[in-house]
Amino acid sequence: MSIFAVALDQPGRSVVMTGNEAVARGAIEAGVGYAACYPGSPTSEVLPTLAQLGDRFNIYAEFSSNEKVAIEGVAAASFAGVRSMTICKVDGFNVALDFATAVCYSGTRAGMVIMVGDDPSAHSSVKEEDCRFLARTANLPVLEPASVSEAKDVTRFAFELSEKIMLPVVVRCTTRICHASGNVTLGDLPTLEKKAAINRDQKFVTNVMFAPFMKSKLKNVAAMADTSTFNVYTGPENAQRVVIACGVSHTYAAEAVEMLGLGQSVGLVKITNTWPLPENFLLKYLKQAKEVVFAEEVDSFLEDGVMTLAAKHWEEVGQIRFYGKNSGDMGGPRGSYAGELDPDIVAGCLGKIFSAAYSAPGFTNVREARELVSSMPGRELALCAGCPHRASFWAIKTAVELDGRDAIVLGDIGCYTLGLMRTGYNLLQSVHCMGAGVGMASGLGKLDRFGFRQPVISVVGDSTFFHSVPPALINARYNQSNLLCVILDNETTAMTGHQPHPGRGVTATGKFSEKVEIENVLGGLGIPFTVHDPYDVEGSINVVYSLLQESGPRALILRRACALVAVKGHKKDRVYVDQEKCAGDECGCARFCSRVFACPANIWDSQSRKARIDEAVCNGCGVCASLCPRNAIVVERTV
Amino acid sequence: MGEFREPLNVIVTGVGGQGNVLASQVLAAAAVEAGYRVSIGETFGASQRGGSVMSHVRISREKTYGPLIPKGHAHLIVGFEPLETLRILMDYGSPGTSVVMNNRPNYPIGCLLGEEKYPEPASIVEAINKLIKENYVLSATELAKEAGNPMSTNMVLTGALSGSGLLPFDTGFFTGVIENLFAGEIRELNIRAFQKGVEAVRELAMKK
Repeated sequence: MSIFAVALDQPGRSVVMTGNEAVARGAIEAGVGYAACYPGSPTSEVLPTLAQLGDRFNIYAEFSSNEKVAIEGVAAASFAGVRSMTICKVDGFNVALDFATAVCYSGTRAGMVIMVGDDPSAHSSVKEEDCRFLARTANLPVLEPASVSEAKDVTRFAFELSEKIMLPVVVRCTTRICHASGNVTLGDLPTLEKKAAINRDQKFVTNVMFAPFMKSKLKNVAAMADTSTFNVYTGPENAQRVVIACGVSHTYAAEAVEMLGLGQSVGLVKITNTWPLPENFLLKYLKQAKEVVFAEEVDSFLEDGVMTLAAKHWEEVGQIRFYGKNSGDMGGPRGSYAGELDPDIVAGCLGKIFSAAYSAPGFTNVREARELVSSMPGRELALCAGCPHRASFWAIKTAVELDGRDAIVLGDIGCYTLGLMRTGYNLLQSVHCMGAGVGMASGLGKLDRFGFRQPVISVVGDSTFFHSVPPALINARYNQSNLLCVILDNETTAMTGHQPHPGRGVTATGKFSEKVEIENVLGGLGIPFTVHDPYDVEGSINVVYSLLQESGPRALILRRACALVAVKGHKKDRVYVDQEKCAGDECGCARFCSRVFACPANIWDSQSRKARIDEAVCNGCGVCASLCPRNAIVVERTV
Repeated sequence: MGEFREPLNVIVTGVGGQGNVLASQVLAAAAVEAGYRVSIGETFGASQRGGSVMSHVRISREKTYGPLIPKGHAHLIVGFEPLETLRILMDYGSPGTSVVMNNRPNYPIGCLLGEEKYPEPASIVEAINKLIKENYVLSATELAKEAGNPMSTNMVLTGALSGSGLLPFDTGFFTGVIENLFAGEIRELNIRAFQKGVEAVRELAMKK
């Protein structure tokens, strides 16, 4: 919540911070010297926190062009003896995985931590994915904090563990830890000197021969986990009913046990070392248990691990009935393999399993209220008022209609993914992962021998462009694929909170850095390109239309700063509807501005039956004014 | 001064872009200044693009609670938008819940596209009044405009919550936090908006 709290030199003081800030504080306490990341929700705020405090604590912090480059830089710092950390969302860990699966063989030197953010319920992701399987594939231990306060302590410990076993350590946080806030007790700040050097005789090589050594490191982690104070049992002695939980699910389980009044009979095991598991610690409770329930999010990772452990020790543990994602007994309305948990879901599931009744306090007569609420279904995500992407999508949609050959429009990851939905005119036909649209366009652009005649458009953002588009464009250029790559350049990484990128001209610490120009990249690849302002909708339609008539790989940069960034610190232009000129439903435009153009600032006044602009929402772009058939929308420019 | 319950569960709800995340953070910081522990559960990211946004703030003395409030257990709801307020009240409230709310709708995109119809705001307030006893309804956006900018609606509602007497600590803890958090013109604007909220809710309380 505040950078001041993260920087405080007051050991023992309790301050409030977000989970992401707590991770940053843990890293600072551990003496981190090098941090690198490509932003991804829910972990985007960790790196900026370290960057802001870089001078104070002697930390180098960078936004890297992608996660693979980030983890490689971070490992190099570790090789040189500097504690280091990379931060990514699980999708980013996929990108970094090639390196992660290699570095476990060479090992590391100074403590190296990989913080991965999983996003159960995919609040700001296109999919749910469980990073723990990836970490296990990469032979890297996993620690999972169960609260904001533990996020700080676990991160700090992860550096020590990494240095002891000479392997990177994964700290898995979920959205409800990263974006939650809570009290954190500050530890002491580091005094250790940071010095980087690599001796000529030191080697960091990946070779399958080192597998036994690497596996023995992991055995060592499991042994240490058995006595770790992070793994905790609470509840009655000799409980025959045990709930095993990790991460934030542990707090839900604790509250659910209390709400159900099962505190006297149900034991609760909190596991922080979710891989490798603290086997002897767990066996103690498995031996006395008859029923075991698992509470964890995304996939059945902890459950699979504990069940395998129980199978290995079947003679000692005897018969146990297991309930979790595998059995379908732990999950919300979307089933046990989709959606996050919460205290109500866990209470409901535990109530069923342990035959304990639970009903939440609430209202008895809600018929009228329910009718009102159900008249309006949930809110759909929408592009912001004034978003340049809306203008770009309108131009592309119109040009595609004019062209008439059913052009395919492939999407990508960013705010413009909303082009799948109504405020982007349902224009996009695919979304997968960073840069995938251009790779797929490259494939579609080679299908002409099978009779494929439709033009192919791939839409990417500027940050996505730097992250992973050049390889696909090189491929398209090399193999002469027919595609139009439209780069929606809003000059920032908007979706994750406006972090800078290589084309921005500033680094993570706000220092000047010569822009990497998208034009120069395209020019260097030999791909012809055009640059246009999407707010000039007519002009953009013409450019897209004429580019659709050409063949080979080609690009269009539609450049206009994100409306949310553009209005900061400026007085907005006032946009209003001239009530004399607006003809309402008589116009024949079918309420173009509010119903068709779909900008949340363009509203319909049901009293006057005319269009209006919601001044609290409008960002003053004036694009609607250029499209109104009666020129009824007025833009009053502020000087 | 309001009664303290362990934990005191407050939900701040609205639509992405209304500034409700900041309001919940100011509330939490004020609670900490007043000597309490807090736990806030929220999500941000894609939700800033017009989706429903809700922050759970749990204020406690004995221990730090999990980030999410169980259904039916909210003591206070601060609603930035009428329909969202009703929606959250139905799920998280009970007859003892108190509400402080803005009466100005924020129309969902489906409504702007003419495919769904937003109910009359007055009927939403009426439905809420039938469910609970204590509901403070404010023209918060209008008050924010009077303070100088509709964007300060969040501080009007924060002021209303703080001045409502529903919390176990007083408005001074809030103004301290706001003064620390902002600078210059924005600080002045936010303090003005906050005071407007305090005054408006006190007037409503007098009438009751």
